[in-house]
Amino acid sequence: MDGNESAPRFPLPSEIADAPGAEGWRSMYPYFTRFQPEDDQRFWFYNSMHFPEPMPAFDTVTAEVPYSAIGANTARVFVFPTTLGIEHRIVNGRVYITAIPVTDPEEIGRRAAIFGERAAHYYENWDALYEGWKLRMRALIGEIESITVPELPEFEDLEVVTEARGVAQNHYVRENFHRCIDLFSKMWHHHTEMLMLGYGAYVVFFQFCQQAFPEISDQTAARMVAGIDVIMYRPDDELRKLARIAVQAGVDDLFTEGCSPDEVLAALADRGSAGQTWLAAFEQAREPWFNVSTGDGFYHHHRSWADDLTVPFTALPRYVAQVRDGSLADRPTEALRAERERIATEYRELLVSEEERGAFDQMLGLCRLVFPFVEDHKFYCEHWFTSQFFGKIREFGGLLARFGVLAEAEDVFQLHHTEIDQALSDVMLAWAAGGPPLGAAHWRPIVAERKRMLAALRDWSPPPALGPVPEALNDPAVRMLWGVTQQTIEAWLRPDESAIRGFGASSGIVEGPARVLTDVNQIGEVRDGEILVCPVTAPSWAPVFGKIKAAVSDIGGSMSHAAIVAREYGLPAVVGTGDATKRIRTGQLVRVDGDRGIVRVIG
Amino acid sequence: MESSGAPTRLVREIADLGAGDLASAGGKAASLGELTRAGLRVPPGYVVTAKAFALAMAALDPDGLLRDEIARLPADDLGAIGRAAAGVRARITAAPLPASVAAEVTAAHGRLGAGAAEVTAAHGRLGAGAAAVAVAVRSSATGEDSAEASFAGLQDTYLGVGGLDAVLDRVRACWASLYNDESVAYRRRLGLPEDGLGMGVVVQRMLSPRAAGVMFTRSPVTGDRSVVAIEATWGLGSALVAGEVTPDSFTVSKVTGEITGRRVGSKLRLQTFLASEPGVTAVAMPIEMRGRPCLTDDEARTLARVARRVEEHFGSPQDIEWALLGDDPAFSSLHGETADRIMLLQSRPETVWAARGRSPVASPQPRASDHILSRLGKPL
Repeated sequence: MDGNESAPRFPLPSEIADAPGAEGWRSMYPYFTRFQPEDDQRFWFYNSMHFPEPMPAFDTVTAEVPYSAIGANTARVFVFPTTLGIEHRIVNGRVYITAIPVTDPEEIGRRAAIFGERAAHYYENWDALYEGWKLRMRALIGEIESITVPELPEFEDLEVVTEARGVAQNHYVRENFHRCIDLFSKMWHHHTEMLMLGYGAYVVFFQFCQQAFPEISDQTAARMVAGIDVIMYRPDDELRKLARIAVQAGVDDLFTEGCSPDEVLAALADRGSAGQTWLAAFEQAREPWFNVSTGDGFYHHHRSWADDLTVPFTALPRYVAQVRDGSLADRPTEALRAERERIATEYRELLVSEEERGAFDQMLGLCRLVFPFVEDHKFYCEHWFTSQFFGKIREFGGLLARFGVLAEAEDVFQLHHTEIDQALSDVMLAWAAGGPPLGAAHWRPIVAERKRMLAALRDWSPPPALGPVPEALNDPAVRMLWGVTQQTIEAWLRPDESAIRGFGASSGIVEGPARVLTDVNQIGEVRDGEILVCPVTAPSWAPVFGKIKAAVSDIGGSMSHAAIVAREYGLPAVVGTGDATKRIRTGQLVRVDGDRGIVRVIG
Repeated sequence: MESSGAPTRLVREIADLGAGDLASAGGKAASLGELTRAGLRVPPGYVVTAKAFALAMAALDPDGLLRDEIARLPADDLGAIGRAAAGVRARITAAPLPASVAAEVTAAHGRLGAGAAEVTAAHGRLGAGAAAVAVAVRSSATGEDSAEASFAGLQDTYLGVGGLDAVLDRVRACWASLYNDESVAYRRRLGLPEDGLGMGVVVQRMLSPRAAGVMFTRSPVTGDRSVVAIEATWGLGSALVAGEVTPDSFTVSKVTGEITGRRVGSKLRLQTFLASEPGVTAVAMPIEMRGRPCLTDDEARTLARVARRVEEHFGSPQDIEWALLGDDPAFSSLHGETADRIMLLQSRPETVWAARGRSPVASPQPRASDHILSRLGKPL
């Protein structure tokens, strides 16, 4: 290194200036998310994968609760030997995180003894435990779905008296709101219950592959693991099925590009038994499969198909057209399975001895055992449960709006959950006393100011990392979950302004015109051979994968659904870029390098 | 594979050779024969066998006195080695070929030229005449061990040789290269005998490839056997072998065809063969080609597939020289599939990593989950 030049470094947390126009950002977030002076001594990185946008105050619950659950699982429940939990901080609306490692060998040894016994119990009984997990998660989903938001009518129902309930509805305003938050917390505890161990199996197998095959990519190791029959494919499969039924029943003429879900559903009701056949199939598919989020469950504005039917109704016309011309194919599951086996078998044969092959079989077997959970938990947790959760919070927003505390229901997401607690107390008191709540004067200006600040915070470019450059960053969990390695840090230190960096999720290099979509409702705009640039590729985006040349997303990791689907389709993909949707414009010629995780605008 | 044909033949077709002909034809020629047998493409040609070399040496040093003199030189007297070696080289290059050798080379060369003339005639071009076919004349060492393999690099190769007389000259020049100062010094340092020395000389149709280079069926950097490592430059591979360019490099998974490493080199020099000029034409690389990859991903993957076939044929990791044809009219019948445009020029066993080996990175555990503990239970 040139002695005259100071080594590149990241800004310290204390050096970050407030984003212009959003100087009051701190008022949106709780004190325990603020950087402290001593945090300057530690390395932090921006979790753009999960939080690519500035955080609305309520949405910080999707950091607070998961990190509370993850750390509990790794540090306290399973006692992972080399890691405690993850700390998070918010600056200018962005979430930065750091893992707390355990480095003292004696301490590692003490923890390892406990970890061994506890982890083995889960691995040895994985399938049975996963069955039980699904039942518990279905029960939690049932609970969140059953929560009601009290209407607070002028007079209570007669039954409150005749059944001697003794408790008025305003009590349940708070109790039920708390239950939403509590159930969300429980859901996240169950989410991490098996996930960290699942990732542990991946980490160990990936490490083994890297030692045995130093040139292997994580993507290839992932292809040996990937399960074929996982429920995350179901929502898209259901759409294909509905397209077939539409053609069989002869109602396919209703599914045209740009069709309105309401109009189509109304028209179907007038189409006699054919219409009824389709509507019955639709109702069956809808519950639970339309509870799939258009995002990944970390922001309130990621709505589900059930919330907004335009997404499935944008995909349906395309599938209907494919049924008509005979080109609609199911996922080639047998071919995918055969290819996965071929890859695993050929790598296995390249190992040096039968001894090594025996170890490979055990580790790969363990990965395949945990894979269904690791892939499917997202449907139960981030999609199904979380869609319901945000829906309930929106209903509480509706209550606050009805009482005039907020201008509209959606504004509830501008308040931290503890602030919603206060606003609800206000409403509870006002309903009881018979006077107006005082919140309108208090909260409405706050909401307006926060919306303004969030808009200003969007213009701030968060540094990829803060604090001293670590000597070595080999944390397997950080690498597996966030794709952050020593090379990533090197690239962050020497930014290449023309390169948009993410995580290479599926290999290959292609060039093509970009199609930037900020909303899954726009998938009808995608043309053959374009490169899809989108915020996040959840299963809702599946219908376009047959059309595009490559995929680029703001959010995602190497085992993300988008990555798995892109590998199945053999499309290059770069995920987790943070801001590709802002830096690329539709029509620009881009080059996607799925090996190195780089996207460039070339014309 | 056993030797075919009469071992005493002075000249043999490459297509007739196999691994069993190593001692009589040299490693390069034998490997080209094996590649042909494996169904891979090799430029057509013939080999002037070690028997021909022995005949020539018997003629100019009938009692072996010259070679005894060299064998007695002290390894550290580079001055004496230089003088003696120069003397031998002068004798070899000045002596006419034994008549039997000259006759067989002339006949083989005629057949090679006739083949080329047929190809060109079939494409509506005038045959250039049998004797005028351009060839590469390459030494083919007969030693077997790995020391000989690196030693082989000291021996000569002549590209773009046109005309029978020039070929006969270059055959003698290849023989003389056994007596390069470095080769002699090397043999003296190791105390190798002088009398068992032999060499084949390969004569093959000259190519004018679009790109060429080397490839290894394992990573030369990490020893990883799951990949093929390719180095490539525009034009003839000689620019790469001579270190005149920083080649493009590709690392391709043998299993998935995924390109896990890709670096575009700075290719500042270009060596080509022009049918109108003898030898190799070396020029500055045109600016627009310097930083442009000389292979497409698809070509790199196809090369890797070919490399894998070579490795499977020989049963061990290989170090391969290759060329990718572009618009060479003489080979235009081969256009179409990328695989059909790949010509192999040599394959030899990879020696560096083969000698190192690797111990297993893990062994089976009583329970599969024990792997998790044994790895996650250690400091990172």
